[in-house]
Amino acid sequence: MRSAKDINEKIAWQDLTTGCEIYEPGTSRLTKTGEWRSRTPVWIEEKCKQCLLCAPFCPDASIPCKDGKRSEFDYEHCKGCGICIKVCPFDAICWQDEMKDKEGTK
Amino acid sequence: MSIRERLSGNEAVATAIRQINPDVFAMFPITPSTEIPQYVAQYVADGKVDTEFICVESEHSAMSACLGAEAAGVRAVTATSSAGLSYMNEVLYVAGSLRLPVVLAVACRALTGPININHDYSDSFAERDSGFIQLYAENNQEVYDNYLMAHRIAEHPDVRLPLMVCEDGFITSHAIENIELEEDAAVKAFVGEYNPENYLLKKENPLAVGPYGVSAYYMEARVAQAQAMINAKKVILDVAADFEKTFGRKYGFFEAYKMEDAEVAMVIMGSSAGTAKVAVDELRAQGIKAGLVKLRVFRPFPGEELAAVLQNCKAVAVMDKSEGFSACGGPLFAETAGACINLDKRPKMIDIVFGLGGRDFTVDAAKGVFNRLENIVKTGKTGPVYTHMGQRG
Repeated sequence: MRSAKDINEKIAWQDLTTGCEIYEPGTSRLTKTGEWRSRTPVWIEEKCKQCLLCAPFCPDASIPCKDGKRSEFDYEHCKGCGICIKVCPFDAICWQDEMKDKEGTK
Repeated sequence: MSIRERLSGNEAVATAIRQINPDVFAMFPITPSTEIPQYVAQYVADGKVDTEFICVESEHSAMSACLGAEAAGVRAVTATSSAGLSYMNEVLYVAGSLRLPVVLAVACRALTGPININHDYSDSFAERDSGFIQLYAENNQEVYDNYLMAHRIAEHPDVRLPLMVCEDGFITSHAIENIELEEDAAVKAFVGEYNPENYLLKKENPLAVGPYGVSAYYMEARVAQAQAMINAKKVILDVAADFEKTFGRKYGFFEAYKMEDAEVAMVIMGSSAGTAKVAVDELRAQGIKAGLVKLRVFRPFPGEELAAVLQNCKAVAVMDKSEGFSACGGPLFAETAGACINLDKRPKMIDIVFGLGGRDFTVDAAKGVFNRLENIVKTGKTGPVYTHMGQRG
């Protein structure tokens, strides 16, 4: 049984699985979809109160959380939908291209 | 021991379904296939099968429910006709590409328009590129036998493709004929249990079905699917050989009827072949070397084998029971002519579109076709290649 990590753009048609089935869970991690992003959200850690509202709203699990705290975006999978920016009550996330317009941000 | 019975084609299909006892039947009714789910519903109500009978809201949903069930790991079947088959179109392609061996009974009926409920192959021929294997039958016995072979062909690991068991709407689906049924236990033993290696409900091994295929994968996926259809040829013959050993009735890609020394021949499908055989017999009695090829397997198309059986004929008429609107011949003609193109010596070939929307086809009409072929042989001139037959005017 072929594992998802062995399926890539170099393999021959004979080496695909039947019907392109994938025989294991969680394989979307292997596919770097962050390059689809046209705009990039930025986390401003000093403004963040760790309320964790952003993480469950992220449609792509691109906000890693551990021990009750979020950390830096997973930019290999974040597609830049901006929902986290909308839901953050503390303006602790903003678009990278709007950063310089924001007062008090770097 | 075989059981002598009298059944319609739809009853024959329903009987096969009862004997096979599939896990899921997803149903939406349409003439002339409606009787199939009707009989199966009765079997469910009477406790003769433990099939999950799902009444859905459309044929699109019926095929979708079959896909879901097959992906989950069980046998799923349905039946339809005409516009119902067209409405399944999108999902038929999904079944093919997901390699889910759904078995679909089609009582072939003309597509609109004008709106019509009678027989031709415009519905099933329109799905020739969908990735379904297609088996056709001359009569009730062949429909029943094809259905008994269907699951084994479709589910074979080298194939894993969905399959249509086609019968001629009304002519076969509703006409009651003598038939030899096989015993329930013998059918169950022949068809066997369905044990897919991977399926959605296999908890030890979660499965994802139908992932997105970007350009870097799509071509490879399609080649793999095309190879499965090529593989189906051997499996169809292997299953037919085992069927003959088990039940005594012989099947191949086609039936070559009096073709050994035939000079003029017809390529034809379904119930019309029975009529044309009478014409062949009558012409043979007059010393005319007539023969016919009744195609049973349209997908995969047995091009090489068909060319081999036609190559020594002088003139061949391809009988298309579907108007493809190509302005140069129907689908069966295009494929038959294509199959013969690389023969060193090939027969002259004409296409006759006939029997549309249930238009009658008679022994005299079949003799008329052979008469045309005789003239082609005599004069050496093919004449018009693409013509219609049986219409007024």
